[in-house]
Amino acid sequence: MQFEDEPLVPGDPLPIRPGHSSFGRFERVLRAGGFAVTAEIAPPDSANPAEVYERAALFDGHVDAMNATDGSGANCHMSSVGMCSLLCRRGYAMVMQVSARDRNRIAIQGDVLGAAAMGVASILCLTGDGVDVGDHPGAKPVFDLDCMSMLSMIRGMRDESRFLSGRKLTEPPRVFLGAAANPFAPPLDYRPLRLAKKVAAGAQFVQTQYCFDMEMLERYMAAVRDAGTHEKVFILAGVGPLASARSAEWIRSNVPGIRIPDAVIRRLKGAQNQQREGVNICIDMIRQIREIQGVHGIHIMAYRQEHRVAEIVERSGVLDGRQPWRPALDWRNAEWDRGHPTVPDAPTRTAMEKVS
Amino acid sequence: METGAATERVETYRMRRWSVRNARLLKSLYSVLEWILVLCNPLLRLIGYERLDKPFVKAESLAKGFLLDSQNCGQCIVGFTGLSCPMNCPKKMRNGPCGGVRADGHCEVKPGMPCVWVLAWEGNQRLREEEIPLQVVQPPVDHRLIGRSAWLREVRIRVGSGSHAV
Repeated sequence: MQFEDEPLVPGDPLPIRPGHSSFGRFERVLRAGGFAVTAEIAPPDSANPAEVYERAALFDGHVDAMNATDGSGANCHMSSVGMCSLLCRRGYAMVMQVSARDRNRIAIQGDVLGAAAMGVASILCLTGDGVDVGDHPGAKPVFDLDCMSMLSMIRGMRDESRFLSGRKLTEPPRVFLGAAANPFAPPLDYRPLRLAKKVAAGAQFVQTQYCFDMEMLERYMAAVRDAGTHEKVFILAGVGPLASARSAEWIRSNVPGIRIPDAVIRRLKGAQNQQREGVNICIDMIRQIREIQGVHGIHIMAYRQEHRVAEIVERSGVLDGRQPWRPALDWRNAEWDRGHPTVPDAPTRTAMEKVS
Repeated sequence: METGAATERVETYRMRRWSVRNARLLKSLYSVLEWILVLCNPLLRLIGYERLDKPFVKAESLAKGFLLDSQNCGQCIVGFTGLSCPMNCPKKMRNGPCGGVRADGHCEVKPGMPCVWVLAWEGNQRLREEEIPLQVVQPPVDHRLIGRSAWLREVRIRVGSGSHAV
């Protein structure tokens, strides 16, 4: 989707429209009434920007925004600030995830300003997973804020132009604020109220946990609609392809908060090609989700199956012929895309002497 | 899990469960206590709030430690959380449950512990108040207050002397 006021240089901010909070394309798509598609981009375990660009290119023309995760599962990867900075400069719409697990209020506020200055227009506030499940279980869990206090803090920075301490900012971060929601974890009756509380704290969009149990999602959305919350926040339902029946069973018993009904596992088990069936199931789910009133988009989390996202989007017809923004092709061969220039061999002493 | 661990787990969290079941009673008791303390304000001020802090913390951690497994954050909000101490959450969440609560209502990080927010929701329903106190957005913890008396702080806020911080 190209807007008529697209900047000449990709990565420059779009003009902020009346009633909008950010200069970003993602907010515009949602406010224009489009059924938005976002995808999670996995940050590399690398300092090479080329790897970031390659991963982003997999989604080109198929998603409205990408979520850069922040140490998801308490595992160490490239930072979400770094990912977003690289990709925003190319013009991509990024959702920067910020987890309360690793940084205190001083660090987070600093990152919010830095990220907004680099072109980040959407921020997703998360409490984050406990350190115990990650690759550094001995790390200090910070949790100075929780998702709720982080939302209200960043909203204060944006709307009142002040730090949490009250100190004035000269330019506020113009960000569209988001949060996560899980309709499938206890206490189930409280979940719709929790969504309303996040909206009260400042959430303008939410992305949910993986939705495999459609009945449960329907019940949740009915409660959300009864409270009128769906009119105050954009809701993107989380989806993703399951790789096999075995991995589905593993997720079900090892990842708290994800519900996978027996019917889904049976369908995977009965398939000849389980991976293909996983994609088919995902597409069916998207079609069902599209019909639920009050859902404004989908969020695709295809960890280690990122190359299937384009197919999922195409075959599900979720975009209805709409074409999300994509970078101009001539960026592809830019020098920086190939990574850091390195010298094949360390210069020898004689070579250095020759120069001097 | 061995049966030994299972029985121990029930023993350990019995008081927490009792407290949320009796959230209404405990909240009323606290209201009476606070009312008395507010009345005593001139006396408390005479003795000096600073001097009283230590003995109060002792009393508080005895009472709240026994009933709620209080972590002495010094800025108690159990009145908003159905008498379930949110500082027992491994993620220190003061605004509601995370998305990792297990299907049995137990904690993602400590599978043997009932999620403090599942308990909070239970306690909250016992309160039968018009407004749902759980919906009040709580500010982040002021780390300077940890280990100080939450009751005295509350009294000072009530009588309008003393700042929120320290």
